Amino acid sequence: MKLTTRYRFSASHRLDSAELTPEENCRLYGKCNNPYGHGHDYILDVTLEGPVDEHGQVANRSALDALVRNTVIARLDHKYLNADLPEFASVVPTTENLISAIQGALERQWTLPARLVRLRIVETARNTFELEAPVR
Amino acid sequence: MFLTRKAEFSASHVCRNPNFDEARNLAIYGNNANPNGHGHNYVLEVTLEGDPDPVTGMVFDLRELKEILNQEVVDPMDHRFLNHEVPPFNQVIPTTENVATEIWKRIEPRIRRSNVRLHNVRLYETGDLYVDYGGES
Repeated sequence: MKLTTRYRFSASHRLDSAELTPEENCRLYGKCNNPYGHGHDYILDVTLEGPVDEHGQVANRSALDALVRNTVIARLDHKYLNADLPEFASVVPTTENLISAIQGALERQWTLPARLVRLRIVETARNTFELEAPVR
Repeated sequence: MFLTRKAEFSASHVCRNPNFDEARNLAIYGNNANPNGHGHNYVLEVTLEGDPDPVTGMVFDLRELKEILNQEVVDPMDHRFLNHEVPPFNQVIPTTENVATEIWKRIEPRIRRSNVRLHNVRLYETGDLYVDYGGES
């Protein structure tokens, strides 16, 4: 059985690679390279898979919510990813890199019996990113 | 080929184990354990997998699928208190996982054909929480 729970966070970011010249960054990232950054209301869907336990659940909802809120949402919500998150000090906070960072953070803190099997980030209604994420 | 049909029902439930005390119920089920229950607008998405019939061009007759979902799920569960009115939830705690499993049990025998099988039952309890069940034990 799989259980998917949705979370939200709002954050700003700027796409600018240190490996590229200002002109190349501007050409590559377009508006996403504007100097002061911009924000999104991100949606994060977390999918777990495992047997239904004796209480009729794949996972305890409170434990899952606490894990995701403490590990991910509290660190990202209402932040400027480039400046506020050390993992993006030298990594471009594209949503591809963001979803990998979230996967890593969740893996390090994971304590639930069910396995983390998928993460999905909806950056805007037009852009969605998905990562199959086996924890163990 | 996969075919998905959606249905909705609104129902109330409470997730409490009568053998556990208040604190333990709260720890396991959170506010789903509030004693008088509460409701949801459940959304059900049923996915069938099969080959289109060479004569009809259909994996499954959608009108028949609608009738199956109505008879097995919507009619008995819509605007009901699951624990009190919909067996086995007088004995089985109606978590989303258990409701999805019960829906699978009810509809799977009526869907199975030589060219088609029930592939997945997705049950949204709210827009922010759903389970997927593929019949595994």
